[in-house]
Amino acid sequence: MSQAQTLSPAGSRGSWADAVERALPKIVVAPSFVACVVFFYGFIIWTAVLSMTPSRLLPRYEFDGIQRYVELFGNDRWWLALQNLAVFGGLFIAACLAMGLLLAILLDQKIRAEGFIRAVFLYPLALSFIVTGTAWKWILDPSIGLQKVVNDLGFTGFAFEWIKDPEMVIYTVVIAGIWQSSGFVMALFLAGLRGIDDSIIKAARIDGASMPTIYRRIILPSLRPVFFSSFMILAHIAIKSFDLVMALTGGGPGFASDLPATFMYTYAFTRNQIGLGAASAIVMLMIVVSIIVPFMYSELRRSRHG
Amino acid sequence: MDDKKWGPWRITVYALLIYCVLYYLLPLTVMLFNSIKDLDELKAGNIMAFPSKITFEPWVKAWSGACTGITCEGLSGYFWNSVSFVVPAVLISTIIGAFNGYVLTMWRFKGADAFFMLLMLGCFIPFQAILLPMAQTLGVLGIANSTAGLIFVHVVYGLAFTTLFFRNYYVSIPYEMIAAARIDGAGFMLIFRRIVLPLSGPIIVVTVIWQFTQIWNDFLFGVVFSSGERQPITVALNNLVNTSTGVKEYNVDMAAAVIAALPTLFVYVVAGKYFVRGLTAGAVKG
Repeated sequence: MSQAQTLSPAGSRGSWADAVERALPKIVVAPSFVACVVFFYGFIIWTAVLSMTPSRLLPRYEFDGIQRYVELFGNDRWWLALQNLAVFGGLFIAACLAMGLLLAILLDQKIRAEGFIRAVFLYPLALSFIVTGTAWKWILDPSIGLQKVVNDLGFTGFAFEWIKDPEMVIYTVVIAGIWQSSGFVMALFLAGLRGIDDSIIKAARIDGASMPTIYRRIILPSLRPVFFSSFMILAHIAIKSFDLVMALTGGGPGFASDLPATFMYTYAFTRNQIGLGAASAIVMLMIVVSIIVPFMYSELRRSRHG
Repeated sequence: MDDKKWGPWRITVYALLIYCVLYYLLPLTVMLFNSIKDLDELKAGNIMAFPSKITFEPWVKAWSGACTGITCEGLSGYFWNSVSFVVPAVLISTIIGAFNGYVLTMWRFKGADAFFMLLMLGCFIPFQAILLPMAQTLGVLGIANSTAGLIFVHVVYGLAFTTLFFRNYYVSIPYEMIAAARIDGAGFMLIFRRIVLPLSGPIIVVTVIWQFTQIWNDFLFGVVFSSGERQPITVALNNLVNTSTGVKEYNVDMAAAVIAALPTLFVYVVAGKYFVRGLTAGAVKG
């Protein structure tokens, strides 16, 4: 399309107006380019710089080596946040993929009221994580929620107090997270299923393949790109999860449900440990890069080599 | 799978679907039912039951009298806070995205692909990695804790997505149309106004809905870059729910949560099709 440049009209206007007209496309994107370079990449470098200083309440630009990282990885609360991220991320991604695929397959069975059901699975996406967290907080609260409802039905021995249990609290974040995001994965899978050529499936059935075999050998493999993009999005949601934890548990009890994002916020903005907060932010960025880059790379290679 | 006969398979499918529908509807039902119950009934009864006596007092209180931390003026002020930065931020980021997409598809220059890649990788940056410098910068610019500051932040970090949406949409407009217009002497703005803009209806709707949902629902920027009376509704809701003084009025909390969710739910109900399209469009490359 670069030959288009030569098509620019050499109108009768002055050469100055002409030059402006020719440069206009670049002038239009220039602010975005500058914003992108400065506020995305420049700020990452700035954060990295802060992570190597002894900054506390205010930035102090004195080089302090990897001291903040040493502190960070000597901090039990950070290790708990990482461990929680592994548990939450793993379960959240796996369950969303499983739920999303199951719901998509169920909805693809020529169901009545499909539109309505699909809308129900998707509405949580319109809600903020804050509202989601708030709603689930009540449902999971033993004194008013699910436990009380079941107890009042006569099952007095029933106990469901995960949200108050430091060992189990992270699983309540998983429950609310799945509720919020699995509909999205369903929408992606459903679009993928609808895109599969019916004639291939019909041909396979004529050849005597059973439905489970068709799913395993034809349908699921062709959904590979959907798995790929869903995984990337879910991993991204998991790593930056902040609002959900803040609303559901506030990171508690104690800091039992801390995730790296809440850790970063707490240290950088409420405990005045800017250096340490910056270090944790850089580690978060590293986690995103280390998950997404290899995944993208392998997927790109695959698609290039067929 | 086959036909529409009521075999065991179909019964299983419907049973599973109904079960899932109930699971998905549970939180909204709980919020709605209990937002119109009085507190005594809520505490004594079942949170999943429909109220025996409907009252709208919790709604009134959530809107104009509930305590969020220090003040007790309800959520109304914070609701309008959110409106005051969400609307400009959505409009500005959509307009910039449209022009970026237009240039990146029809007025390509050397380095356009590199610019697009830089922007796209920006979609993956966890915001924690830019929060501290942005807080400093807003202070230097004198727009810390202000509506202008929040508009600025949301526009900057919404750019990547809006550009992506418009670029992917404009790629499908036949380039011959633009080339012909250029030969006829039409310039950058004229082509945009006369040819591209009239074709942009659907993508504008998708982008506006996407941005509106994202920015209205944002909590991170709100809690970091604003304080006190300037906070957006998501932050105020969280403060309200976690205020621990006095009797916990769950019904007021639930009404407040519904109020905070109402604008985006409304958009979802009236324009669900575009909402889903935005989600999947963002997903393909995002």
